[in-house]
Amino acid sequence: MAFYEKLMGLDRRWVYLCVGIAVLIPFFIPFDVPVYTTPEVKAVYDFMESLKEGDVLFLAIDYDPNAMAELHPTATVMMRQAFSKNVKLVISALSQNGPGMAEQLIAQISKEYGKKSGVDYCYLGYKPYPGIVILAMGQNFRIPFPSDYYGVPLDSLPMMKNIKNYDDVKAVIDVTGTNAIDYWLVNGNARYKVKLAAAVTGVMAADYYPYLQSGQLFGLLSGLKGASEYEVLANQKGFAFSGMRIQTVAHIVVTLFIVIGNIGFFMARAGKRRS
Amino acid sequence: MPPIGDLLWTTLAAFLTFCIFSFLYKDNPFYKFAEHLVVGVSAGYFAMLLWYEGLIPKLYVPILKEGKLYYLIPGILGLLMWTRFSRKWAWISRYPIAVYVGIGTGVAIPLEMQTKVVRQLSASMTAISLNNATGINNLLVVIGVFCALVYFFFSKEHKGAFGGIARFGIWTLMIGFGAGFGLTVMGRVSLLIDRVKFLAETWWPMFKAFVGAVF
Amino acid sequence: MRQQLPLAIILVIGVFMALQYFVPHESSEFVYEWSLDWVIIIGVFAMALGLWSMFVVHYTKIQKKSSGWGFSVIAILGLLYMLIAGGIWGIEEGTPFMDFFWYVYTPIQATMFALLAFYIASAAYRAFRVRTILSTILLVAALLLMFRLIPIGPLSGPIQELDRWILGVPNLAAKRAIIIGVGLGIVATAVKVVLGIERSYLGKD
Repeated sequence: MAFYEKLMGLDRRWVYLCVGIAVLIPFFIPFDVPVYTTPEVKAVYDFMESLKEGDVLFLAIDYDPNAMAELHPTATVMMRQAFSKNVKLVISALSQNGPGMAEQLIAQISKEYGKKSGVDYCYLGYKPYPGIVILAMGQNFRIPFPSDYYGVPLDSLPMMKNIKNYDDVKAVIDVTGTNAIDYWLVNGNARYKVKLAAAVTGVMAADYYPYLQSGQLFGLLSGLKGASEYEVLANQKGFAFSGMRIQTVAHIVVTLFIVIGNIGFFMARAGKRRS
Repeated sequence: MPPIGDLLWTTLAAFLTFCIFSFLYKDNPFYKFAEHLVVGVSAGYFAMLLWYEGLIPKLYVPILKEGKLYYLIPGILGLLMWTRFSRKWAWISRYPIAVYVGIGTGVAIPLEMQTKVVRQLSASMTAISLNNATGINNLLVVIGVFCALVYFFFSKEHKGAFGGIARFGIWTLMIGFGAGFGLTVMGRVSLLIDRVKFLAETWWPMFKAFVGAVF
Repeated sequence: MRQQLPLAIILVIGVFMALQYFVPHESSEFVYEWSLDWVIIIGVFAMALGLWSMFVVHYTKIQKKSSGWGFSVIAILGLLYMLIAGGIWGIEEGTPFMDFFWYVYTPIQATMFALLAFYIASAAYRAFRVRTILSTILLVAALLLMFRLIPIGPLSGPIQELDRWILGVPNLAAKRAIIIGVGLGIVATAVKVVLGIERSYLGKD
């Protein structure tokens, strides 16, 4: 069998093994890679920095555990930034498998900063049909969420006394791996003129540049790279920043596979022409 | 030595992680076991979420604790949805379906038009110029959007000048799809990094400490 | 009545909700809020339909002892555990319910998606070929975006700028065209549903 035929017929499990090694080696051998910040991420960071003590921000944690790797770092650093500036948070989790995960993150970060539910933040939880929920919240948060995630009526929470709907929050930042961002754009931004930014997974990121350019989004974070940029800006280098070195090696390996695959393809084509 | 409860739960999580990874070699009973387990657990999780986050605050509390009996109407409409399972009575489920489809579609008409068509078209109508980079980029965007939209028009054969425009459109689309793929690789690798991190930084140190303490 | 009345309901409600966007009057807002509130409640019951379907599929497999019925027992046991644990101890952090969520559901779901990293490498190796102009354009664009994450010394800066241009110009144009097409499609389908031309969601008689 010619070399290029072996190359073209390589068992996919060898490819899997190479990818596995490409992730493991940089995991155990730490090194830093440069992280270049982009204007769309800086726009979100600058907005968060401009918030003052007592301002209210709506943080929509609309992702499932399967997108946790890419989006948890973003949600974590944003929550820390908000709490360190004593900005109050209204938080929802409109992804059906995400409420418990969001609650655990909120409990962890709020404990770090000594923040209390109902006073410094209000976790609304989940209701089905995110599109309808987003529309309803635009009228009054109490329509879809008469009580918070812990069953406490919203009217009895000190921080929610003067907060009725989106008019009372500075912006909505949607951290999502689902089509919740589409609902926020259609039902939140179009209907209620909500100031909206998004942190989405890498798979989705390229699709939202039109909304960034049109001004429907004022900022956009793309997956783990966006999270690493934000961590660098916020001076909170964590999982996302350290993940970039592994991303670098994995990308080199995938690029090499693409090049090798095409070399084999061209050699096979030349071989067929000769014969 | 780590608490035994934490160790057992974390080792279970690691075992299930390896069960799923075993699929990379080939399909096997361990993978099937984990796959079916997650189907059941996720259905149960969602059912309890609907109960505690949906039915209790939106029906039980308003009707039984606040005396708002008019909430019985959506409650009954919701229950009528379940007649869908009966061949004889399935037609009744059309009424609640009609209510929520009517609301959903009615709301969608102006908002989708505004978000996806009007705002996007108006954002394309920016100042174009051949004298500066921004102007050239805006011109390229307008041309790209127009050509890609022409490509999607299948009522006319893609021949001649029309075909040429459509061809440029598909080239533009291919750049978009390539960009999407490039970002997708990053997304997928992130998920793998997280799993490796769990095994290497959470489970393995715990397991090693336990084995070290016992032996 | 079985078809006509639901279609009439959709027509009246659909037209009202579409026009309500343009009518900020108090009474219109009141009906709007009330209808959104009701839809969320109906939605809770609609979601439960899917759960019942899942249960029936696996239960039928167990009853008929079809191939792999043992795994259906696992699925049902997982479902029952969550229902019982959630019903007895609640769904707060630290309960047996949430323990299963964190140590069973989360690792399995996350690992299933982590497998995609391997598949994308394998797919890129096998399918990404410079066969035609279109596939070449796709490949070059993908490689340039991937180079964003590979520091190549003095070339890194220009590559970052080039990638920013790709995302902000040709990618933007392509995705905008898709968004406009999708938007027109959604509006057309919604109008067809409201006018009763599209009826597939009602099911058969």
